[in-house]
Amino acid sequence: MKYSYYPGCTLKNKAQDLDLYARRAAVALGFELVEIPEWQCCGGVYPLGTDEIASKLSSVRALNYAKEQGQDLITLCSACHHVLKRVNDDMKNVADISDRANNYMQLDAPYKGETTVVHFLEVLRDRIGFDELKKKVVNPLTGKKIGAYYGCLALRPGKVLEFDDPENPQIMEDFIRALGAEPVIYPYRNECCGAYTALEDKNIPAKRTKMIFDSADGFGADMLITACPLCMYNLNKSEADSKVPVYYFTELLAEALGVKEGVEQ
Amino acid sequence: MSLTMAEKQAEQIRQISGSDPYKCMKCGKCSASCPSFNEMDIKPHQFVSYVVNDNIEALAESKSLWKCLGCFACVERCPRDVQPGRVVDAARQLVERQRGGDHLHAEDIPALLDDDVPQQLLVSAFRRYRR
Repeated sequence: MKYSYYPGCTLKNKAQDLDLYARRAAVALGFELVEIPEWQCCGGVYPLGTDEIASKLSSVRALNYAKEQGQDLITLCSACHHVLKRVNDDMKNVADISDRANNYMQLDAPYKGETTVVHFLEVLRDRIGFDELKKKVVNPLTGKKIGAYYGCLALRPGKVLEFDDPENPQIMEDFIRALGAEPVIYPYRNECCGAYTALEDKNIPAKRTKMIFDSADGFGADMLITACPLCMYNLNKSEADSKVPVYYFTELLAEALGVKEGVEQ
Repeated sequence: MSLTMAEKQAEQIRQISGSDPYKCMKCGKCSASCPSFNEMDIKPHQFVSYVVNDNIEALAESKSLWKCLGCFACVERCPRDVQPGRVVDAARQLVERQRGGDHLHAEDIPALLDDDVPQQLLVSAFRRYRR
């Protein structure tokens, strides 16, 4: 199976591990990530305004490219996943946005939200299957107690993203189980890390990440996993006493599959 | 009957947000869910009332505009689909679309950087803090 792969800005820079280990894991699992040529940054934040069209076009270009390839579009970063799914929903279901974006784009055929956007974790759950993944694990992470940190952008709004139950998700816990480790469920796993306020007010992420680490540590987590480079940054900058190491989920996946040191596509 | 400036701006917020603040039943779930509640001078549920009452000047000056994390907890949990986060975002845009309304300037960025800042943080802050 080939996917049109949208890495996004950060996976080419500060979050290269998120990308690298996903590429290695995909080879081991038998699917192909074909990077979309000349993809453009999604902007990180979904443009909420009903009259914001230009800032949605970079997503439309990537979505339309995948449509032309006849492939589903796969992403890894929580923010890209969020923005692309929501713009795709607009193109499919919001006539005013769809018409205006298409008027601007002047594509050979109008784009109407035909592409399916999937997160890498959704591919593992829905296409590969966690049972199958478990069979391919050669280095089970036995004995590790891992807290899934979902954050906000992967889950909400649940009606549009359809990633998992936004209030009581389990996809990352099932992923952790498939790798042979023990998931730790803690209350703050889907609470925001402080996001972009880190740029001008470090107190907000400092407080948020302390609550997250205290919560995870209180329930016995040895480490956290995330799919979001901004969560990773805010968590890593935390000075909480309860801090535990944070990894991209793809790093643990590659480790369990025995391809952490392997060759990428 | 001509509209006052505040009435026009309230209508603009309704248009940009695509949200109907009149549907709010003041249950307070949005404010109870908000991770930035303590940072906000006008709380999410109050935001909705301010728009209903055309009290836009106070909203435009509110520091809440810059404290919303865009986490969509309020949007997810609003039982009336008012989606307070969209209302806060529309008020922010009303301010930023005015001349000189940007909250963040490119020349301020270098001093705010450290070696680990992910690109995602910069593009997200740019989208939220300036037009």
